Amino acid sequence: MRATAAIAISVFRESVRDKVFYNLVLFSLLMIGSSFLIGQLTAGQDVKIIKDLGLAATSMFGLFLSVFIGIGLVSKEVERRSIYSLIAKPITRAQLVLGKYCGLALTLAANMAVMAVALYAVLAYLAWGVPESTRAVWDAPALDPALMKAMLLIFAELMLVIALALFFSTFSSPMLSAALTFGLYVVGHFSGDLRNFQQVVDSPVAAAFARGLYWVLPNLAQFDVKSDVVHGVSVPAGYMALTGVYAATYIAMLLAIASLVFSRRDFK
Amino acid sequence: MTSRSPAALVSTVVLAVVLLAAAVQVQAARERAYPPGEASEDTLYIRSGSALRRLSGAYNGLFADMYWIRAVQYYGGLKLQLDARGAQPGMLEPPAAIAADAFPALYPLLDITTTLDPRFNIAYRFGSVFLAEAYPRGANRPDLAIALLEKGLRESPDKWQYMQDIAFVYYWFQHDYLSASRWFQKAADVPGAPWFLRSLAATTLEQGGDRQSSKAMWTMILQTAEVDWMRKDAQRRLLQLQALDVIDALQRAVTDYSQRTGTRADWPALIGARVLRGVPLDPTGVPFTLSDGRVQLSRSSTLWPPPEEPSARGSATP
Repeated sequence: MRATAAIAISVFRESVRDKVFYNLVLFSLLMIGSSFLIGQLTAGQDVKIIKDLGLAATSMFGLFLSVFIGIGLVSKEVERRSIYSLIAKPITRAQLVLGKYCGLALTLAANMAVMAVALYAVLAYLAWGVPESTRAVWDAPALDPALMKAMLLIFAELMLVIALALFFSTFSSPMLSAALTFGLYVVGHFSGDLRNFQQVVDSPVAAAFARGLYWVLPNLAQFDVKSDVVHGVSVPAGYMALTGVYAATYIAMLLAIASLVFSRRDFK
Repeated sequence: MTSRSPAALVSTVVLAVVLLAAAVQVQAARERAYPPGEASEDTLYIRSGSALRRLSGAYNGLFADMYWIRAVQYYGGLKLQLDARGAQPGMLEPPAAIAADAFPALYPLLDITTTLDPRFNIAYRFGSVFLAEAYPRGANRPDLAIALLEKGLRESPDKWQYMQDIAFVYYWFQHDYLSASRWFQKAADVPGAPWFLRSLAATTLEQGGDRQSSKAMWTMILQTAEVDWMRKDAQRRLLQLQALDVIDALQRAVTDYSQRTGTRADWPALIGARVLRGVPLDPTGVPFTLSDGRVQLSRSSTLWPPPEEPSARGSATP
């Protein structure tokens, strides 16, 4: 456990050294710039648009961070040959994989926490001085605590994406890992189509195959509650809990396979 | 001078600034020699909202916002162009073909926006106004305005605001008071809808088309407007109706004067005869015009064109 924590902290420090958090400056500039521009470009709906933009940017920035750092977690160690000194230490390869995963998850969590604060700050600025009659017609309040539900599910989704990237990076090149992770991310958002494939094909075999893929591939569409939250539609606690448990189970499965593949890999 | 010395830093920054300025100048020169083509606002590369919904994946909301901003910019930009054209004498009344299709990309843009985000409340409500308004203030397509609002109702069947807006389009733009009354009634039947919808349904059915019921409707819209733009529009409409009241009174005075004196009336003659104290002004302070014995709003007034007032009640069914 201590070894895993030490590796996780080292990954976090490395991402700080690699200036990963520079993306936060970009995020802040995007949010502040948009809050000034949106009012000029559109009629009403500034708060809705800023919420949409903030949540989409959080998800997008997080996705790039998860994929591009996730694919390098193992491959960089191999490339730099530092893997030899690591595996010589009294730690298991499973601990190494888990530590790397937790380190990137910590980096992502820190990133998202700052983004959430920035988003709330911009929304507070937009809502400041707005008369009560105007606030009354918003779908949801500007500083809606329910935004955190969308943020939490984005975080859970990205944790799963990190696990995917790490899994692929244990046996393939960084480029291929990135392509496969992005590919699964896209497919994961089209899971509804796989589920209803029988509506567009006549072949029962193809429909059954698509349905099988629907259950096996990561279903990332369920993590997307951005639109509901922005429109003030309630996201039940039960939904949050089940989606969270799904993410945890899928991540555990991916990390178990990643550890197995990594522990069987020969570095001679 | 090493590459890390302050002098090297300064010279690199200066060089970069000079090169950037040179690039800007070269681009400006190229644009003078070969002017870039005008960006076509009404180009829609993808017209299918469903296709865009699939392409946008987890970012439907953001894409809907982008299309909404595009719709607002398209409407605003084109309206400014039409206003400018309309300000020229002889250009105000458009050829029927142009008036019927003055904003060709507006409905597709709104349709895509609301397909990407089916709960985009303001896109339905504002969009229907943009579509229903007569040329040059809108697309002159109340049928599409109703179609857009009905699409919103399929997504949110309990949204009495959309029903109220449909009733309003039937009332104001289609002059179909029976349908308007039915939609006001439908809206009033939704739990939580305001009480005045029921009385509007009754008034519309009884006195549809008369100025008093129009005033009541616009006053109600003014009081319940969700955003500033709608409030200002309602205020403008009320001023137009107020101007029509003044025009009626002035017209009576003009007709009376002409019949009494047997001469054609003009403002100086009426002022000279002490019928009027001065040239009468509309509620925005612009003088009314009097030509061929008819009192009218000036075309330079922001209240122009006046609302169409049907003489007979419509009775088409929905």
